[in-house]
Amino acid sequence: MSDHSAAVGAVRDVEQVLTESFRNDWGRVVAALIGMTRDWDLAEECAQDAFATALSGWRRDGVPDRPLGWLLTTARNRAIDRIRRERVGVAKLRELAAVTAPEPEVDLDALASGVADDRLRLLFTCCHPALAFEAQVTLALRTLCGLTNAEIARAFLVGEQTMAKRLVRTKQKIAATGIPYRVPPAHLLPERTTAVLGVIYLLFNEGYAASAGPDLIRHELCEQAVRLAALVAERMPEDAEAAGLHALLLLLNARFAARVDAAGALVPLEEQDRSRWNAAMIDAGMTELRRALGRERTGPYQLQGLIAACHATAARAEDTDWARIVALYDELLALVPSSTVRLNRAVAVAMASGPRAGLDLLDDLAATGEVADHPLLPAVRADLLRRLDRPAEAAAAYRLAIERTANRAERAYLTLRLAECVDT
Amino acid sequence: MQYLLLISSEEELAERTIDAGGLDTFTTWLSDLERRGVLRAHRGLHPSPTATTVRVRDGEVLVTDGPFIEGKEQIGGFALVDCADLDEAIEIAAGHPATRFGQVEIRPVRQ
Repeated sequence: MSDHSAAVGAVRDVEQVLTESFRNDWGRVVAALIGMTRDWDLAEECAQDAFATALSGWRRDGVPDRPLGWLLTTARNRAIDRIRRERVGVAKLRELAAVTAPEPEVDLDALASGVADDRLRLLFTCCHPALAFEAQVTLALRTLCGLTNAEIARAFLVGEQTMAKRLVRTKQKIAATGIPYRVPPAHLLPERTTAVLGVIYLLFNEGYAASAGPDLIRHELCEQAVRLAALVAERMPEDAEAAGLHALLLLLNARFAARVDAAGALVPLEEQDRSRWNAAMIDAGMTELRRALGRERTGPYQLQGLIAACHATAARAEDTDWARIVALYDELLALVPSSTVRLNRAVAVAMASGPRAGLDLLDDLAATGEVADHPLLPAVRADLLRRLDRPAEAAAAYRLAIERTANRAERAYLTLRLAECVDT
Repeated sequence: MQYLLLISSEEELAERTIDAGGLDTFTTWLSDLERRGVLRAHRGLHPSPTATTVRVRDGEVLVTDGPFIEGKEQIGGFALVDCADLDEAIEIAAGHPATRFGQVEIRPVRQ
């Protein structure tokens, strides 16, 4: 290897390490800085500065032994500089000095180990019930995951300006209303944890089946959701639903590579190439699920995790234990009587007892109005009609389904199916 | 931090609840706050038909009968509390008996 190519290799390494580090450590650095300064904007700006400084500094001097420690120290020093220079925060500076001054040499290990709790603190603060749901998700994506305003705006199909305003308003509300920066005390923890898990779950869903746009999957959102779920499950090992959600997301995310074909069309579960599922991720999900089920309570995330596990452990689609899946949906329906659960149960019934049974159930549900305006209803009905060999009715239902979806991959899949019905 | 708690409900409902002995839980709430030393002020208001609304437009004082927003739900009282953070304010608000049939709006007071 020539010197030149070695240098290029080193630069690429730095960029790779930094990209990795950004994904893993952005939230940690921001959380630690908010913990120290209580100033959300300052925290983000100093984190950004630290990563920018790392890019040039690491290229010059090499990657430090402890990248996170380096980033934390740099960001913190930047914060102290900023506060000092602006001369607005004399009192704040004194507080900061009180927190950080005692040790002349900063203990990077101690700093890094305290940080996991800072991220959890940040997550609970972002998901405070006094904030609107969209605001919670937005703030978590920005501060913990480091997504840009433009990225978040795209994920939620709003303009960048709107998104920027929403972030400003949210941070103002946190400061003005005195939302505490902490993991809530024990008596508030159950309800607050439910909200945190709900935000992570919806974040994953938005990534897994994007409600609109060119890609079926916004993989970045899924990855971030899995990360946050891992964080909560790790820091709250006694919470069975946190572990259940983490397991569920791992098992679903493992299918990522097999869910879309080369042309970008959705591949339904029974037609996916299971050898392309991520086996290591499935193992991790199954281990986490067993840990969750070791606890007494069985909640909605654990049940959905169990359903996902039925799929993950079936070697071929035809090996799937649909009777067990129907039974699990029955349990889930008792806890979460939503139209989505009813619809999914109907699909499972169709697989367990034949499309006729599924269609009857669907008709009953539609008649009682329980799934009547669910966006996925026409697509599910179309698939059942196709399996019952009623191509004309199926085609009509596929057309309706195509009209209803704004997701391009889903549309491509439905169009393929429609063509099959029209050909026969 | 200081928070103003604006206590509101349907006025008839509030009256009926007080008549039916709803005041007991209220007294418990109040004495707990006094014991904790977080209560800076607390007052109940006469019902909304006693309200008078004043506006000045083009230098002219306009006085009208009634509250500035008409409606069944009206503010019936307020409390000014001084506590650690929003979570404590929420806990205090949730203890007010009016939250069972009406609501409490929490507003941070400008420092």
